[in-house]
Formats: sequence, structure tokens, C-alpha cells
Amino acid sequence: MTDPERILLAHGGGGQLMSRLIHEHILPRFHNETLSELTDAASLTLPAGEICFTTDSYVVKPLFFRGGDIGKLAVCGTVNDLAVSGAKPLFLSLALIVEEGLELAVLDRILQSVSDAAAANGVSIVTGDTKTVERGSADGIFINTAGIGVRLPNVQLGLGRVQAGDKVLVSGTLGDHGMTIVSQREGIRFESQLESDCAGLAGLTCRLFESVPGIRFMRDPTRGGLAATLNEIVEGSRLSVEILEREIPIRPEVQAAADMLGFDVLNAANEGKFVAVVSAETADECLRVCRSHELGGHARLVGEIVPTRDVPLVEMRTKIGGRRIVQMPYGRELPRIC
Amino acid sequence: MLDRIDRARKTIEEACESIGRQITVMEVCGTHTVSIFRSGIRSLLPERLKLLSGPGCPVCVTDQGYIDAVMQLADRDDCLIATYGDMIRVPGSDGSLETRAVRGNVRVVLSSEDALQLACENPDKAVVFIAVGFETTTPATAVVVKEAAAQGIQNFFVLSGHKLVLPAMRALLGGMNDRIDAFLCPGHVSVIIGSGAFAEIVANYGRPCVVAGFEPVQIVEALAEICRQLAAGKAELKSLYGAVVTEKGNLAAQRIIEECFDPVDGYWRGLGKIAKSTLALKEQYRRFDAFQRFGVEDGPGRENPGCRCGEVLCGLIEPIECPLFASRCTPQTPIGPCMVSSEGTCSAWFKYGRRR
Repeated sequence: MTDPERILLAHGGGGQLMSRLIHEHILPRFHNETLSELTDAASLTLPAGEICFTTDSYVVKPLFFRGGDIGKLAVCGTVNDLAVSGAKPLFLSLALIVEEGLELAVLDRILQSVSDAAAANGVSIVTGDTKTVERGSADGIFINTAGIGVRLPNVQLGLGRVQAGDKVLVSGTLGDHGMTIVSQREGIRFESQLESDCAGLAGLTCRLFESVPGIRFMRDPTRGGLAATLNEIVEGSRLSVEILEREIPIRPEVQAAADMLGFDVLNAANEGKFVAVVSAETADECLRVCRSHELGGHARLVGEIVPTRDVPLVEMRTKIGGRRIVQMPYGRELPRIC
Repeated sequence: MLDRIDRARKTIEEACESIGRQITVMEVCGTHTVSIFRSGIRSLLPERLKLLSGPGCPVCVTDQGYIDAVMQLADRDDCLIATYGDMIRVPGSDGSLETRAVRGNVRVVLSSEDALQLACENPDKAVVFIAVGFETTTPATAVVVKEAAAQGIQNFFVLSGHKLVLPAMRALLGGMNDRIDAFLCPGHVSVIIGSGAFAEIVANYGRPCVVAGFEPVQIVEALAEICRQLAAGKAELKSLYGAVVTEKGNLAAQRIIEECFDPVDGYWRGLGKIAKSTLALKEQYRRFDAFQRFGVEDGPGRENPGCRCGEVLCGLIEPIECPLFASRCTPQTPIGPCMVSSEGTCSAWFKYGRRR
């Protein structure tokens, strides 16, 4: 058996190898006129309206996980940042930092995944870059994507618009991505049905923004999960949030994995969900629109914005009727001992 | 579910009313502490019923001397430290494993098996397993020690800080905290040692002991059972966790602990030296003993100045009575171990209970 073809430092060196990599592995997957010209900068014609522009870098271990991989994540994550800003995503850049020694077949799989996710979300990859770094300087591959979108007309979002009485909507089950990644990390090997929720939300959010007014604020609860997003809402609005534990959609297998490891699902990352603050009058309609979309089938109204008593807080009414505070997570959950 | 809660609350309220004084119940297990906070149980109880979190979080009860021994090993280039996740942020006298992890010789493992595996994968390093925890985690350590012996693995070592629950309960009742009226006994530990193990606490100290699982409903019902006994002037042993806890416990697990470990006098944070409370590797497994191999010691360590974790662990103060709580000591910048572990009392108070 021959050794698999691997990325060499020279693949990023600007010479023949790099040219082959681009023409044989990258361009065929992203054929569009802008990219094929291989100019130093993409020239884009944008529709009228306010431009939204975002960037994010993706590092994930393992590179492939149930429900997705780093390529899909790199597209969906940036698409979602635009989506929750009320924009229709249009164009993405794709920058790869590849570690020397990565199998070319692995890179191919990731690129195909980028391509599939871009097509699914209606965005074009219009510019890009490839760098290689020495073995040990990266974890296989790091990806950066930047995205441009155009804000939908009449969408105005901001924490300043949030009012007491508004409802908090989540678009689906929580913690799926975070618990999937943790359970698949090196060292944790329990059998599980967990699957990441990695998905681009623009189809759902655009439908929602186009059909219902009264959406005040939206964010994708990635790192830090629902707990972090709600605490950001509280911090930015100086109002408080009260959520109902019984309304929070969590898959039983996600809850079981979290319980086993001593994690709080509210702190676990999501990659295909949004949290929205919506006016009380439009809340039911928002819920109906979400549930009409394949990515919003488990959407729920989980709580509401309430006036602040002493200090702004996120509080939860628990299933047994008690109350507790939901804090901003520390940033790294530690599996516990027993 | 809610009607069971309502019934239990009614029992608790009536019992507290008839007893007519403050009742103090200690939950020994850290997982109970977290479940109590996470489900908001405290907000459902009458003010007269006070819940104290006892010495049941393995990270928290581990003495500073042990932590410092871990740091000494982590500073060695020939050692690879395999540790459960919640140990890595516990501050020693000088930094934590987290600050040392940048050197690349600290690995978080989720099981003792993973630690042994690490030794097999790194034959040029001495892999030291930071073995802490109560009767729940000890059998897993014993299994890998026997496995390492059977396979003749030379580079695997265990720094045993394993502890026994009952000696700590005796120490508390033997003068350290006489305010404890009853115990909510640990669920996981009871699976191993059996609910019958707490009979001596009931018999010798006259305190009700009720074993419960971790579902909020069962915890509230256990508290109701405790209150009912106290109101009736009784002290009994009762298990509500019949689904998994038997009277005699897991005999195979008990046997393997006995095969590998001897109870020796050991140091506990806050409780000090307790006779025959810590588990050391038996003579025949001494060659896996990291204390011996590297000449480090588990003695009374120097506490971080101002830290009152010890008193928190004995149930003598509540976290908010510590001047460092939520000011200098937070989950971001923990000064004491009770703020580090997700099961730590201070961490649970900070995360779920605090109303500034």
C-alpha cells in the first residue's frame, strides 16, 4: 500500500504545488466566475441595502464529528452570524491554514463539505487563501471565513429595543453540538446517539424576518450556550430574564451526557440554533413560522424579559417550582470526578 | 411530580413547625449540593430548615499538602500527570495544574483506564494518576493498579488521595460540628458501601440518615423523611434510592478496594488529620505508589491566606460568610477548591444560589 498523499509545506509556497492544489482540489468545488478569475480581490456587485460583514475562525477537535465537520462549521458559523443580524448572506471568503502532513484526502473531504454547505445556504465562496504551517504548529487545519450579506428591509435589531414583557424564543433543542464534541473528544468514548446541530440558519431567519415584525434581538448561542446569550441580553439591556426550565427543549441523550459529565446543558455550545427576543404580541406568530421550517421544528418560547428588581439577572423557574440564577459560564467546563 | 413535591413540602413545613427550632441537615455528597442548587430546592424550603453542604466533594476535601505534591510532580520533566478534569484548576501554594499545563505534561482523563492507556502510549514518561475521590472512584483505581501489575507496566504510578466517607462523618459528629441534626447520605457512595454502612451513625450518634438519589423530587422527599423522623423524635436509617442502592452495597467493588488499599491516617482540608480515613496502596502494590517512587509527601499544607474552605466543608460557615467569596474568589479566579469543582459548595452557591 502506498503512503497517502499529504500536504507539504510547499503546498503553501506559491509555486507549482500550490497551483496544483488550487486548480485540482479547490477551484473545481467552488466554480463561480468571481473566484475562477483568481484576482487578488473579488469584485462584487451587491443589492441595495445595508451591508453586514463578519468574520470568524474555526478550530475544532475532532475535525469530523457526528453531524458535521470543520468545513461545514466554517460556512454555517459565518452564515449564522449574518443571519442573526437580520441579513441575507451572499458571499464568503475561505482561508485555510493547513498543517504539514495532513492527508490530501482529508482536505478534500473538508473542501467538499465547505462546498456543500455553501450551496445549501445559497452563498458563494468568492475569494480565498491557503497557507501551510510546519507540523505541530496547527491542529490539522484551521479555517477562517468572512461573510458579506445585505440586511433585509425593515429589520432593526438591538438590545436597546428589548422591553419588559418581551418573550424569549429558542429555535430548537439546546446543547447538541457542545455535548457531541465533548463526547467525541479524545478520551471520552461512551457510545452515544449525539449529533451536532451544525446548520446554516439563514433560510429560517429570513423567513421569520420577512413574515413577522416585532423581532427585537437575535443571537446564535454558540460558545457559552443559552446561559451566555441570556446573560449578554441582561448585560446589554439592564433588564432581567426569567426562563422556565420545563419549556427548554433538550434531547434526552444530550441531558444524559451532560449529567454524566457534570456539565450544564445551558452552557453547552450550539451551532444551528438562535435565541430571539420578540414582542409579546408577535411571539406566537414567530413560533408558528419557526415550526413551519425544518430547522425550527422544536422551537419554543422559553421565558420572558422582566423588570430588574435589584441587579439584572437571568433566573430560572425550575421544573419542581424552585428558582435559581443562571450565571455567565466560566468558559471552560471541567468534567467532574464522580 | 409536582404533587409529590407539594406533599413532601407540606410534611417538611408541618415538621419544622412542630419542632420549633432551626433544623440543620447536612448533605454529604457534592452531587447532591449541585442538584439542590440547580433545581432551586432551597427556595422551596422553610427558613427553619437549613441545608449544609458537607465534605463530599472529592476535590474540595483534598488537602493542600496533596495538591502541592501534585504540583511538585507536574514540575518534573520525567512525569506526565493524568488527572480528572476538576483537579486542574485547584490552586496549590504556587499555581495550579492549569498554569502548568502549558508545559504539555498534564492530561485530563475521564477514567483510570485512560490514565493507564496514557502510560502505555508514553513509555518514556512516568505517568502519574492523580487518584482522588471517595468509594465511588476508588474501585476504578484499584482495577487499573491490578491491570498494571498483571501487564508488568513499569511507568504507571498512582498518587492515592482516595478517601472514605464514614470517618469524616464520625469526625464531624465527634465534636467538629454539633449542629448537624441529620444526614442526607450520598447516593453514589452508597451504591458501593451499601446503605447499611450508615447504621453506625444512627446507632452511635442518634442522627437520622436518609440515602437519596439525585432527582430533585427524591431529594425533597428525603428531606421530608428526615423532618418526619426529627419531629417524631426518632433516628432511623432509610434509603429512598432502592433502585440502585442495596443494604450491603457492591461487594465486588468493596473486595477490590480491600485487595489494593489499606486505610491509613490522612489529612482532609478543614477536618485535619482523621484516623484511618485515607487509602494507601497495599505493600504488594507499593511499586505503583507515586509518593514512594518520587519521595513526595501528603502532609498538612499551607492554606491560601484568608481561604475558609475548611470551615465551609465542615458546615461551620456558609460560603457568603467567607470574606473572599464572590469578591476575590470567583470561578474565574478561584482561591479555594470549593470554588473550583462543579460540585464545590462555593461554586454551586456562586453559580446558582447567589442573590447579591
